[in-house]
Amino acid sequence: MPTDNIMVIAETGSEGLSEISFELLGAAQTLVGQMGGRVVAVLAGCRVCEHAGALAERGANRVLVVDHELLEPYRAETHLPVLVEIIKREEPAAIFLGHTFTGQELGPRLAFRLGTAITTDCIRLEPAGDRVVMTKPLHGGNVMAEYIIAGSPQIVSLRPHAFAQTGPSRSTGEVLDMEVNLEGGQTKTRLVGTIREDSGKGKQLKNAEVIVSGGRGLGGAENWHYVEELAEALGAAIGATRAVVDAGWVPASLQIGLTGTIVSPELYIAVGISGAPQHIAGMSGARTIIAINCDPDANIFKYARYGVVGDWKEVLPGLIQRIKELREK
Amino acid sequence: MDIIVTVKQVSDPEIPPAFFKVDEAARQVLLPPGMSWVMNGYDANALEAGLRLKELHGGKLTVISLGDYKVRDTLKRALAMGADQAILLDDPAFADGDSYTTALVLAEVIKKNGSFDLILSGRQASDTDAGQVHLGIAELLGIPGIVPVLKVEKTGDTLQVERLVEGGLQVLEVQPPAALGISSEFYEPRNPSVRNLVTAGRSQIQILGLADLGLTASQVGKSGARCQLRRLFIEARESCVELIESDPSAGAGIKLAERLHDEKLI
Ligand SMILES: Cc1cc2nc3c(=O)[nH]c(=O)nc-3n(C[C@H](O)[C@H](O)[C@H](O)COP(=O)(O)OP(=O)(O)OC[C@H]3O[C@@H](n4cnc5c(N)ncnc54)[C@H](O)[C@@H]3O)c2cc1C
Repeated sequence: MPTDNIMVIAETGSEGLSEISFELLGAAQTLVGQMGGRVVAVLAGCRVCEHAGALAERGANRVLVVDHELLEPYRAETHLPVLVEIIKREEPAAIFLGHTFTGQELGPRLAFRLGTAITTDCIRLEPAGDRVVMTKPLHGGNVMAEYIIAGSPQIVSLRPHAFAQTGPSRSTGEVLDMEVNLEGGQTKTRLVGTIREDSGKGKQLKNAEVIVSGGRGLGGAENWHYVEELAEALGAAIGATRAVVDAGWVPASLQIGLTGTIVSPELYIAVGISGAPQHIAGMSGARTIIAINCDPDANIFKYARYGVVGDWKEVLPGLIQRIKELREK
Repeated sequence: MDIIVTVKQVSDPEIPPAFFKVDEAARQVLLPPGMSWVMNGYDANALEAGLRLKELHGGKLTVISLGDYKVRDTLKRALAMGADQAILLDDPAFADGDSYTTALVLAEVIKKNGSFDLILSGRQASDTDAGQVHLGIAELLGIPGIVPVLKVEKTGDTLQVERLVEGGLQVLEVQPPAALGISSEFYEPRNPSVRNLVTAGRSQIQILGLADLGLTASQVGKSGARCQLRRLFIEARESCVELIESDPSAGAGIKLAERLHDEKLI
């Protein structure tokens, strides 16, 4: 018998539990509040049990831990059978994953393997009877669609930063170690290395409070240092549009948007960025957006709190200089 | 090395937001008249990746697509770029399917087409932005499925795959056959020559329907779909921007800095 529980697939990174894990818990907690059921978190990896407590304290009624050396580093091939086994045992009504690089790979495969379906990159969830209505942007965000999955479990991947994180809960959930049959069989994928592509200058994008982001309007790689100087003056991280990444001015890890990183800083300064919906998808959660663009009709101004219609070549020198003076005081 | 590239024909992704309309009753996106249909951008990147591998290692490259007669244009473009063979899955029974039914049909035709070493697809299509079909194919065929992929190379019998992860890249060694969802950073698609376009315009595209696959009508299209579209709508956006003006505009930067300082934003 399927339960009415919601299962959350927690994610860990180099700094422990990823923020998305708490966003998944937040969304799950809201829904079980409306539909009943309990929140069950799955934590799979190697030496991850130390993180189980945080999930149990922040919204999970039960945390199922699978700790095995074959699960590190992450590969879909090893994680999938583990998740499938747990899901078959637990029979949740719904499964929430993050629409992260990991979730993008795991989610659809999980749905196909379980004979059900997934809605990817959702930004809203609502109950309708025993179904979850899943809202997902289409056409880069120009159109919104609401989907329902008839089968079971209903699987959904949630866009990072689209859902509020859970705070500490009143009661702490239980933590259970799961025995899962992990045959050391042949895998067809092997990790041979990782390459870090830090922004070089500027801070890490993820969790940055201030981000300065540049677009094609900068005109060429030779002008990119203006973005770096503005970021430095503000102590900000540096981001970019896909146009800039595809042109090879900066590495892919700086891309913000639908197919890059999703950010939600306090302040986001967009220089020479048109505001295509696919870019907006990655930064519309910023508290305050500033746009500098010479086209008064650029879409970015619809999202900006403050804007300058003008050529960045004229605007940036004064802005950088004055920021330095004001911050020195 | 025999390569399959899946392609989807989509509406031009550069259509400005203001041009989008939906028919809420029919749950359909209404595209602006005169808009062009194009090869999904990431699929063009996947095709480019496939062509480069073929140039280095030889073999045959087949493009496959599910869609209606219009999709022939996209397949002909793929042939002009250098694909050896094009297959179109066109049958009224396939209409109004979802990611599952699309993957099912494509996986079926891939099985029928014979042996292959690699399936390349775009990491997602720019209309549905779902990113599911290629992973579904991988699952249905029981082979590794990796996304999003920046770069793929082949040495000996293994593939070296660079996968995007937060803050960098993972380098993986993969035993073929495998299915990869290609991203845009590395594989700028080539422009076919006019001469190749003309030749491709005259070439044959193999068209297959339900009867050619071992599937029944209840498995595909609307009847086989597992996702239901309940509502389609557009979210309007009101601007609330305060423009900082100055003449000459050099002063606007200084004014902006002061405004941000006053608002305690910096
Ligand atoms: C499936 C899909 C996924 C995508 N994913 C992403 C994504 O994750 N992230 C992303 O960013 N994009 C993404 N895109 C691409 C997106 O559609 C846009 O093409 C891209 O964001 C445009 O980047 P841009 O704003 O830098 O360039 P443009 O749209 O070319 O805009 C440049 C802007 O600079 C302004 N400008 C020019 N000169 C000056 C000057 N001297 N001073 C001031 N302003 C100037 C212009 O007025 C213009 O508005 C995706 C597209 C698709 C189809």
